[in-house]
Amino acid sequence: MKHLVVVGNGMVGQRFVEALRSRDTSGEWRVTVLAEEGRAAYDRVRLSAFFDGVSAEELSLHTADDGVDLRLGEPVVRVDRERRVAVTGGGEYPYDALVFATGSYPFVPPVDGADLRGVFVYRTLDDLEAIRDHAKGRRTGAVIGGGLLGLEAANALRLLGLSTHVVEFAPRLMPVQVDEAGGAMLRRYVEELDVKVHTGTGTTAIRPRNDGDFGRQADSRGSVYGLVLSDGSWIQADVVVVAAGIRPRDDVARAAGLDVGERGGILVDTACRTSDERIWAIGECAAVEGRCYGLVAPGYAMAEVVADRLLGGQATFPGADMSTKLKLLGVDVASFGDAHGTAEGCLDVTFTDPATRVYAKLVLSDDAKTLLGGVLVGDASAYPTLRASVGGPLPGPPLALLAPESGGMGTGAGIAALPGSAQVCSCNAVTKDQIVDAIHEGCTDVPAIKACTRAGTSCGSCVPMLKQLLAISGVQMSKALCEHFDHSRQELFEIVRVRGIRTFSQLVTEHGRGRGCDICKPAVASILASLGNGYVLDGEQAALQDTNDHFLANIQRDGTYSVVPRIPGGEITPDKLIVIGEVARDFNLYTKITGGQRIDLFGARVEQLPQIWRRLVDAGFESGHAYGKALRTVKSCVGSTWCRYGVQDSVGLAVALELRYRGLRAPHKIKSAVSGCARECAEARSKDFGIIATDKGWNLYVGGNGGFRPRHADLFASDLSTEDLVRYVDRFLMFYIRTADRLQRTAAWIEAMEGGLDHLRAVIVDDSLGICAELDAAMARHVESYEDEWRATVEDPERMRRFTSFVNAPDTPDPSITFEVERGQPVPAMGERRPVVLGLPTMGVRQ
Amino acid sequence: MTDTLTERWEVICPQQRVEPERGVAALVGGAQVAIFRTYDGGLFAIDNRDPIAGANVMSRGIVGSRGDAPTVASPLHKQVYDLRTGECLDVPGVAVRTYPVRVRDGMVEVGAG
Repeated sequence: MKHLVVVGNGMVGQRFVEALRSRDTSGEWRVTVLAEEGRAAYDRVRLSAFFDGVSAEELSLHTADDGVDLRLGEPVVRVDRERRVAVTGGGEYPYDALVFATGSYPFVPPVDGADLRGVFVYRTLDDLEAIRDHAKGRRTGAVIGGGLLGLEAANALRLLGLSTHVVEFAPRLMPVQVDEAGGAMLRRYVEELDVKVHTGTGTTAIRPRNDGDFGRQADSRGSVYGLVLSDGSWIQADVVVVAAGIRPRDDVARAAGLDVGERGGILVDTACRTSDERIWAIGECAAVEGRCYGLVAPGYAMAEVVADRLLGGQATFPGADMSTKLKLLGVDVASFGDAHGTAEGCLDVTFTDPATRVYAKLVLSDDAKTLLGGVLVGDASAYPTLRASVGGPLPGPPLALLAPESGGMGTGAGIAALPGSAQVCSCNAVTKDQIVDAIHEGCTDVPAIKACTRAGTSCGSCVPMLKQLLAISGVQMSKALCEHFDHSRQELFEIVRVRGIRTFSQLVTEHGRGRGCDICKPAVASILASLGNGYVLDGEQAALQDTNDHFLANIQRDGTYSVVPRIPGGEITPDKLIVIGEVARDFNLYTKITGGQRIDLFGARVEQLPQIWRRLVDAGFESGHAYGKALRTVKSCVGSTWCRYGVQDSVGLAVALELRYRGLRAPHKIKSAVSGCARECAEARSKDFGIIATDKGWNLYVGGNGGFRPRHADLFASDLSTEDLVRYVDRFLMFYIRTADRLQRTAAWIEAMEGGLDHLRAVIVDDSLGICAELDAAMARHVESYEDEWRATVEDPERMRRFTSFVNAPDTPDPSITFEVERGQPVPAMGERRPVVLGLPTMGVRQ
Repeated sequence: MTDTLTERWEVICPQQRVEPERGVAALVGGAQVAIFRTYDGGLFAIDNRDPIAGANVMSRGIVGSRGDAPTVASPLHKQVYDLRTGECLDVPGVAVRTYPVRVRDGMVEVGAG
C-alpha cells in the first residue's frame, strides 16, 4: 500500500481526501493528513455565519474516515524530497506522494502598529473567536480593505455592536468584482447600515492608546486606538481587522526547492503536479501555470484532478470560472465572466435604478451576440442563468434580462437556451447536460438531483435553475395526494377552509373520486382537526382516522397499544409518578422512558385503553398525543430554577408552550424543546421549533429534526421577549399546518419553500403575505377549543363502545396476545419467532 | 353478500354496530373475523389476522377504495386488501380468507361453515 501525505486540512484538502477515498476502491493509498489548525476542516466560505450564531460544529466539514490518519495541530515544517519524508514537530512521515493544500495567509501591509493588541486578520475560526472576545465592551472598529473579505469583516464588527469604518485603497468597494457604478451602488447600501466607507485611501499607521497603560501590558504591546489615513485623517478604533488580501502559503514548498510562480504560489502544471513528480499542489497555494485562484470552486476542481491522477487517471485542470455571487451586508452582489470588459471591442449594457437600488451590467461581444460577463448589485436573481450563459448566445433580450421585475429570468426561457456544456453549478462543476441526464435517469426532484450530481449542494444559488430544468424536462412533479384527489395537501386545506367543508364525504364527492384510502383519509382528518372540528372521533370523522388516532394510542407489532400521558415540559410530581407506576403495575404494562421526557406504557389491549385512561384522567393526566400527527413534547432542561448556569426559566416556558399547542393537529408530528442556556441540554436544535435562553430573552430555532435525516434547526430570531416568541411560534405552526405537504416535517417544508428561511421570516415577522392576523386568530381558536380526547372518550358511553375486543364477545380478550418476561417486564411473546441476535454474547442480567 | 351454500349462520351484532367505513372484530367459532361496512351499505367479512404482520388487527384498518374495489388497509404496514376477494393488492400472492356475511332481522350474521 502506498502512502499519501496531505499537507493541510482546509476545504480543498478535505474535498481532495474525500474524492480520493471515494474512488480508491482497491485501497491503493493509505492517507495521512497533517494540519496546522487544531480544528478539522470547516466551511471557510461561510465563516461569517459564526457571528450569526452558527456554531463551529455546524461549519465543520469533517467526516469520520477510518482510512485517514488526521493529525490536527501538527503542521509540516519541512519536506525532505531526497528521503521523501514530511517533517513535523511530532515526527517524520514518509510519502510516496505528497499534496500541498496549505491555502493562503492574510496579507498584512507593512504599516506601523500592525502588531498592536486588537489588530486581527480574518481567516480562521480562531481569528473570529479572538475578534469576538476582544470586541466585548468596546465601541469602535475599523477594517482595512474593502473587498469581499473586508465587507464580511465589517459586517462582523457591526454585528458585534461596534461603530464600523471600512478603509479601501482602491477608488471603490470590491474593486476586483464590480465596476465603478456597481461599487457606488454597493457603497450606498453599506453606508445605509451605518458603516462609514473611505475609498481611495490608504492606511499610514495604526496607533496605540496613549494612556499610560503601555508598560503594564503583560506582552508589552499596546492596545490599538485608531488609524491614521493617507489623507491625514484619523479614525478611532478599538478593534482593527486587516483584510487586505491573501497570499499563497508556499513557504515549505519554497524551502524544499520546488518551483514557485512569479507572484508566489507553488508552480504546477494543468495536472496540478509540481516540479517534483511526486508532489502536487491544490487550492489557493497552487499557481496553475503561474496563476493562483482565491475561490473554493477552482480549488475543488484541482482536488478532483489530483485524486484522479493518483489513481491512474489523466484529468487536467479545466481553467476556472471566477464568477462570484454573495450576499454582503444583506446586499446581493454578483460578478461573472469578463466583468470588467477587458475583451477587445466589447460592449456594455447597463441598467441603473436608484429607486429600487439595482445596478446591473452585461458585457457583450463586439457583435452584441455573445455574453462575456457582467456585474449585478442589489438583485442577483438573474445570476445563475446569466453566469451559465457566458460564452454563449444571450438567453433573452438584454433589458429583459436585467430589469428585475421583468420576469425574464424566472420563466425558464433562459435556461432552455443554454448549451448542454454550460456549468449550472459552478461550485461542483456540474453541467446542464449532467443534470438533464440525471433527470432522465429518474431524478424527479431537487433533493434527488443534489444526491445524484452534487449540484446545488454548496452555495445553493443554482437551485432555482435545477427546478427550471426539472420543469422543462417535462418532469411533472405530481402534487396529487393519491388516486382519490388531484390536489396537494395545501390545496385541499384551502378548499376545506375557504368552502367550509366539514366532512370527507362532501370533499371527496365534490373534489375527488372513489371512497378514499389510508393516505387521503388521515390527511383530511388532520385538516379537519386543524380547522377546529372538535372531537376527532365524532361522526364520520372517526372513519378517517388512522388506527393510532382512532384508538388514541400507538399500535404496536402485536396489535396492542402503548399509552403516553402528557408530562408537560417533562416536569412531574412524585404523586403523579406513583400513579403511572400503579397503573402500569395493575394493567401489567411494560414501561419505558422516552426521548421526549415522557413515560410510555406498552402492551395495553384495545378494551383496556378506556380503563387505563380513566385511572390516568382521574389523577390529573391527559392525552400526550403521542399517537397523533400533532405536537408531541416540549422537552426542557431544568433551567435557572436549579441550574447554576441557567439564565431563564426553561421549564416554565416549556410547560406553557406544551399546554398552548397540545392537541394541535399538523401534517406531521411536531417536537419542541427549551434550553435554559447556551449549553443546550434540552437539545432544542434537533426540534421542529427549539428555544434557547439568552441573557436578554430567547433565541428561536426552526426546522430541526432527528430521525432518518438528522438536521439542526436554523436560527430564526434572537433575544425575543416571551410575548414575541409565542407570537412567532403561533404563526410558524399555523403557516406550517396550512401549507406543508402530507407527512412533511418542518425541515423539509422550509427547505422546499421558495425563498427559504428569509421568506419564512418575511411571512411571520413582517407579515409579507398579509395573513398574520388569520394565523393568530386560528391559533387563538385552537387554544380556546382544546379538550382532552381521553377525557372526552371516557365520559361518553357511546364513544366507549368502540373499545371492545370482539363485538359479539366483549368479555373475551384477544387470545392471540400473550406475553413473556424480559428483564423483569412483560414483552410480546415471540416463541420460536424471536429474532436471533447475531454475534452478541448473551449477558446474564441479575434481577 | 348472501351465500346460498352456507347452512350455518352465526348472529354477531345489531347492524348499526358496524359503522359505515369502519370495521369490528368478532369471534366466529374459534376464528377472529373482521366485519366491515362500506359507504354504500355493503358488508364484508375477512380474517382479522394480518397475514404479513401476524397480528389480529385488520378490523382496525382504514376502509376505502382502489379503482372499483372496496378495500381495507392493514393498520400496521398499510398493505391494501380487496374486501370482495381478500386478495392483497400490494403484495402478490398474499390473501386473507373471506367469510359470507348478511343482515337478517337487523342483525349481522357471518357464515360459520
